[in-house]
Parts: sequence; structure tokens; C-alpha cells
Amino acid sequence: MTTEILMPALSPTMEEGTLAKWLVKEGDTVASGDILAEIETDKATMEFEAVDEGTIGKILVPEGTEGVKVNTPIAVLLEEGESADDIDSSAPAPEAAQADAGEEAPAAGGSDETAPAPAQAKAPEPDETPDWPEGTTLKQQTVREALRDAMAEEMRGDDSVFLMGEEVAEYQGAYKVSQGLLDEFGAKRVVDTPITEHGFAGLGVGAAFGGLRPIVEFMTWNFAMQAIDQIINSAAKTLYMSGGQMGCPIVFRGPNGAAARVAAQHSQDYAAWYMQVPGLKVAMPYSASDAKGLMKTAIRDPNPVVFLENEILYGRSFDVPDLDDYTVPFGKARIWRRGGDVTIVSFGIGMTYALEAAEKLAGDGIEAEVIDLRTLRPMDIPTVLKSVQKTNRCVTVEEGWPQGSVGSYLASVIMREAFDWLDAPVIPCTGKDVPMPYAANLEKHALVTTDEVIEAVRKATYR
Amino acid sequence: MAARKSTRKPNVSADELLGYYRDMLLIRRFEEKAGQLYGMGLIGGFCHLYIGQEAVVVGLEAAAEEGDKRIATYRDHGHMLACGMDPDGVMAELTGREGGYSRGKGGSMHMFSKEKHFYGGHGIVGANVPLGAGLAFADKYRENGRVTFTYFGDGAANQGQVYETFNMAALWALPVIFVIENNQYAMGTSQQRSTSTADIYTRGAPFGIPGELVDGMDVLAVKAAGEKAVAHCRAGKGPYILEIKTYRYRGHSMSDPAKYRTREEVQKMREERDAIKHVRQLLLSGDHASEDDLKAIDKEIKEIVNASAEFAKESPEPALDELWTDVYADMAPQNA
Repeated sequence: MTTEILMPALSPTMEEGTLAKWLVKEGDTVASGDILAEIETDKATMEFEAVDEGTIGKILVPEGTEGVKVNTPIAVLLEEGESADDIDSSAPAPEAAQADAGEEAPAAGGSDETAPAPAQAKAPEPDETPDWPEGTTLKQQTVREALRDAMAEEMRGDDSVFLMGEEVAEYQGAYKVSQGLLDEFGAKRVVDTPITEHGFAGLGVGAAFGGLRPIVEFMTWNFAMQAIDQIINSAAKTLYMSGGQMGCPIVFRGPNGAAARVAAQHSQDYAAWYMQVPGLKVAMPYSASDAKGLMKTAIRDPNPVVFLENEILYGRSFDVPDLDDYTVPFGKARIWRRGGDVTIVSFGIGMTYALEAAEKLAGDGIEAEVIDLRTLRPMDIPTVLKSVQKTNRCVTVEEGWPQGSVGSYLASVIMREAFDWLDAPVIPCTGKDVPMPYAANLEKHALVTTDEVIEAVRKATYR
Repeated sequence: MAARKSTRKPNVSADELLGYYRDMLLIRRFEEKAGQLYGMGLIGGFCHLYIGQEAVVVGLEAAAEEGDKRIATYRDHGHMLACGMDPDGVMAELTGREGGYSRGKGGSMHMFSKEKHFYGGHGIVGANVPLGAGLAFADKYRENGRVTFTYFGDGAANQGQVYETFNMAALWALPVIFVIENNQYAMGTSQQRSTSTADIYTRGAPFGIPGELVDGMDVLAVKAAGEKAVAHCRAGKGPYILEIKTYRYRGHSMSDPAKYRTREEVQKMREERDAIKHVRQLLLSGDHASEDDLKAIDKEIKEIVNASAEFAKESPEPALDELWTDVYADMAPQNA
């Protein structure tokens, strides 16, 4: 059996090329790895090596030939004991080889089949069960304490959970979120890291591959931009790239968004960035009970979770149910206030403006329904749609930038799913499209304000 | 068995040598076949061949024990074969088929095997280095005595996160072996043009990590160095660096015109320093094997590789609903 040498594809996009020069002639013996020819592609001139050993029986395409299609036979190789007489020039082999390769080659993008989306119930009903049973004892707790308690409870229950980050142990947390954890769990499980975000984020992901459940604290999410490759390329994509073999149970957490007077490099809201990434889950709690319940859920989650906290909220107190194991599921929004005139959707610190605006608007007889998304991925779209179908109007509130904001995504979904119910355009209220300024008066203007939310609601309700 | 061995007069058994010969030959023939399938359009995208570097993984795998972990870069086919992954599954992943290790969703650069403790296959240069230290962190946390081989190249050795990792690995005495496969070219940029100091193995010294330069064309030298590094890690002494000088015969990836080095340079390495030829000579000169014995091995390897190529061609493309699986471990994909 003679072997045909085919015109090779020498780049991901090559379809044809020029056979610039033969470096062997008929009768030459070649071994695997020997250079046979020079081939010009659209990008470069490349050397083409032999794969099999044998004797060049016949050169089918002379040098200098342009436009030689990939997989065209360009020469015939004779194995030991064969001679040029074995080459049957009228044999249909070249054609067959071409057809074969054509069939075998994976369809390059242009396939007109479309992948069927997995079966999903159309417009599922929102889950409206209360977060805790009636009659549960409540205690006042700050967001900071709630986060600490959540981590401590999960660390008690599962020895594979550990916390690492800058100043989490001996300093007790740059924002005191990890207060007391070193004393209870020791330095093995509460690990101070060097200032090395890229490195320790990657190390955390590796530890998760290795079977642990790391909680990686970023002193602020602003610093996590140094580590974003590990969060997205290593943590979020590996389950998919491994065909489901290797997951990454890890929580990345820390304060996100503007604090006060720390200016542009320390004041960015990353909600919309991380919300975009398949493979990640993204939580952004407002209240202490949600901070606790969502954190416990995040630590138990088998996927990477981006947990966006807020420095200003750390010190705020809320009712927290006094339960042994209080968790909040991902993908379930919370309705803070019922109303029939407009839906205000927010999350995280944006809820402060949303609730304040709703309070003031109620004084003028406008009743807003205020929804806290709590998690941005998965996002509780059914609860938003159900409310909008009732109020026919929607305003969204966040501190992040306007272009590609969470609000603009919500607006697109509402337009697609509830167009016929809308009596006014969806109005996203966002931070201003500028880096955060330092001056006190400018900073105030750069953030979304309660007055802007009120104005948006008046626009949407024509009142 | 002594950890240190002279490579001049190797005190190794015939079986051992035959094993190395076989494993290295499998990688070479597999990679040649992969190059051929790429040329036929059956493998797409990027495909980084390991030809020339075979002695590195084969030598280090000989120093590893069951349960030890390994994590590699995008030039990972050799590592997978050397740790015992199935050539059929690797080749079928290269062709993007259902029978591939990632069911066609990872490709050449992204394959994993929990069973063989192979943690990828990573496409971002340098990013697998902290991941490898994290695997070692988990082992130390579990106190299970395992070590992690973390492979990267001379190019990756200029990434900042490598040094962030050196610092943490030394600080916490993590059982990780940093294997720098120095094939002397970071894509098309030679080490002289990219790297301010020639000896990469000394770059752990400021962190207190011992390092060693190893001849990567000599599988026995690699194995001996690997055993030393493993013993260091298992003794709880922290990380170890092996800079293994090797040479890749082929381009960086398939679409590399290779204008940054001469054909003579490559040819000289192939003729004078080839790792497989070296073992072949040891086998023949030591009367460990006859020409016929080696021919039989060649034939056997050729059959395995041809079978893997057949499997990779015959295995169907993944079903279209695979698009939506494995995004999350516990919930439906979003926006489907």
C-alpha cells in the first residue's frame, strides 16, 4: 500500500497554499521529521515535515504551484519493498482521500443546526415562601457580624472550609469581618496571605481543585482585578472545559463598590462585570440576614461564587433570624415593600436608595414595589416580571456605571418578556459614567442618589 | 534505591529502560500523528506538539508515586500520556469528539483526569503555577504526603504570578516541584532575548527554594533529579525547582514558520541529543534488547497510535445539547 502525502493545513484558518519548493526528489528516502517541502500560507512560509518513513515514489504537484487546496495529494510515499510501479496513476485514491477528509473534518462554525436549549418550564412562578417561618425569634445584628457568623458556622460543620486573604487572621480582618476566627480555628484554617492577589486567588482555585472549600477574601474587589484571570479563566471555566470532571467550589468575597472618599481606584462596583460570566454565581446582599444566609449557601455551593459585600453596609444592623442553620437560596429575590404603582429593582447598597425613595414617594401617594435581587447570577427574573406585569413600570437602581449595567440587562429582559405590559420605558438609575472623584461634593454627584430614583419613578409614572 | 545515579554508567534494569523507551516513543509517535491529523483538518485551533521533550515527563513520572499530582500548560499531550491517560481519549479530544476526555469541549489545551491526578491542561501562560501550589496546599492541609509536579516553560518563568507563587510556596513549605521545561524558546523569542539571567533554576534562591539544572535529553538524569526533588518535598522541606533543559523540534504551535532558529540548529539537536536515540543506544549497547525487540516495540506503539487516530476519527461529534451541560455543577445553565 503506497501512502499519499497530502497538502497540509498549517494554520487554523488555512484552506489553500502555494507549494513553494520541494526539498526532496523522487527516489529520496525520508524518515519521520525530515523536511519535505516549503509551503506558503497567507501568513508565512512554513516547512513541511514527513510523518511516515519511506521513499518518495512520485511528486504529484510540482513546486511553484499556487492555490493547492488542503488535503490534495501532493506526493506518493513508498514503503519498504514497494516500487514506483505500485503507484496506480488512475487510481481514485486522491479523490477518495479528499472526500474522506471533507466528511471527517468537523464543520467549521457554519453549521446551520442550532443547539437546542435544555427543556425549561416557560415563565416559572416566583417562589414567594417567606425567608423564615412566622414566630422565629429575631436578633439585631450588623452585616459584619452576620458574615462572620456564617463563615464560623460553616467552618465548624466542614473541615475542608478555610479562609485566606490579606489580614484575615492576626489583624482580624481589614474591615473586622473575620474577627475571632483565628482564635477559634487556628492558623491552619485562617491564613494570612502576602499582598499577592493574583497569586493567592490562583492558589485558592488550585486548593479547590484539590478538594478543599476555600473562602478567598479580597481586601476590596478593586484589588481583585489583579486576579480576575484566575477567577474567570481558571475558576469559572474549568467544569465546562473538563466535561464536568473537575469543579471549583470556592467563594471569592470582600467589599465592593464605593466606600467614602477613597477615589477612583478603590470605588468600583463589579456587579455587572461578574454577572456576565457563565460558570460563576454572583451574590450581592443588602441586609444582614441575607449576608448570613447567602454566605452559608455560597460556601456549600459546588461552583465558584463571587460574593460582593459593601463597606458602608458592614456596620448597619438588621433583623437576623435566630436559627441554628439559616440559609437563603440563590436565585430568589426578596420583596421588601409591596406596591402597585411602580417596580423598583435593586440589590446591595442600591437598596438604600430604593427603599428611601419608596418611603418618600409613598408620602406623595405613589406606592412602589421594591425588589432586592440578592443574587445576580442566577437572577430571579420571574419575581421581577410578575411585579412589572402588575405595576406596568420599572426603575432599576445600582451604583455601577451605566453602559452594560445590571439595569440595562433587566431592561432588555423586561422588554422581551413583558413588552405588552409596559406603560413606560424601563429607567435604569446608575452611577455616573466617570471614574470616582475624590472631592466630597463631586463624589456625592457621581453616585446614584435617592432624588434621582424619585425623579425616575415620577417619569415612569407620569406623576 | 539510591537517589543519585551516575548517568555515564547507568545502573538501571533492562525492564526500566525498555519502559522509558516505550513511553517516550508513544509520545513521539502520538504527536507525529496529531500533526498529521492537524494537517488533514481533523484537529483545529492551536495544537502544541511535545516532540523532542519526551524525556522530561517520562523521567519525572518515573520518580512519582501513586497519588502524586501533576498540572501542565497548553503543551500537555505528553504529560497526559506519560501519566497513563488513554491515548484514544486524548486523541479524540484533539479532534473535538464525544470520546474525548472533556467530551470535545476542552480541546488540546484543556484536558483533565481526576483518576490519574492530572489537573490540566491550562491555556494561560503562567496561570497554572499558582494552581499547582494550591493543589500542594490542599495536600499539606490533608497531611497526605503527596507532591505536585507543576510544569511550566522558560517563557512562563517571566510571569509575575510565578514569583508570587514561589513566595507563598516557600513561606508555607508547600510540597510542590516547579518543573521549568526550558525548551529555549518562548514561542519565537529565544531565552537570550527574553530573560535577563540565564539560569532560571536560581530564581528560587531569593525565596529560599533550592534549584537544579537538569539535562532534559537524558531520561535517567531527569529521573534522578526528580527523585531528589520528591524526597525533599516529602520530607516536609517545601518546594523544589528543576530547570530541565530540553528542546522542541517542532514549532511553538502548528502555525509556526520557525524563522527564529536555523534548520541546522534543530537538525543538530535531533542527531546528537535525541532522548529516544539515547535510550535506544543504551539498550543495544548494554545487550538489554536486540534490534528485533525494538522493532517489535515500534510496531506495537504504531498500532496503539493508529488505533487512537481511528478512534478519534470515528467517535462522533458531541451531541448539540452538550453545549449546555457542565456550566454549573448543580443548576441549569442561565439564559439558555
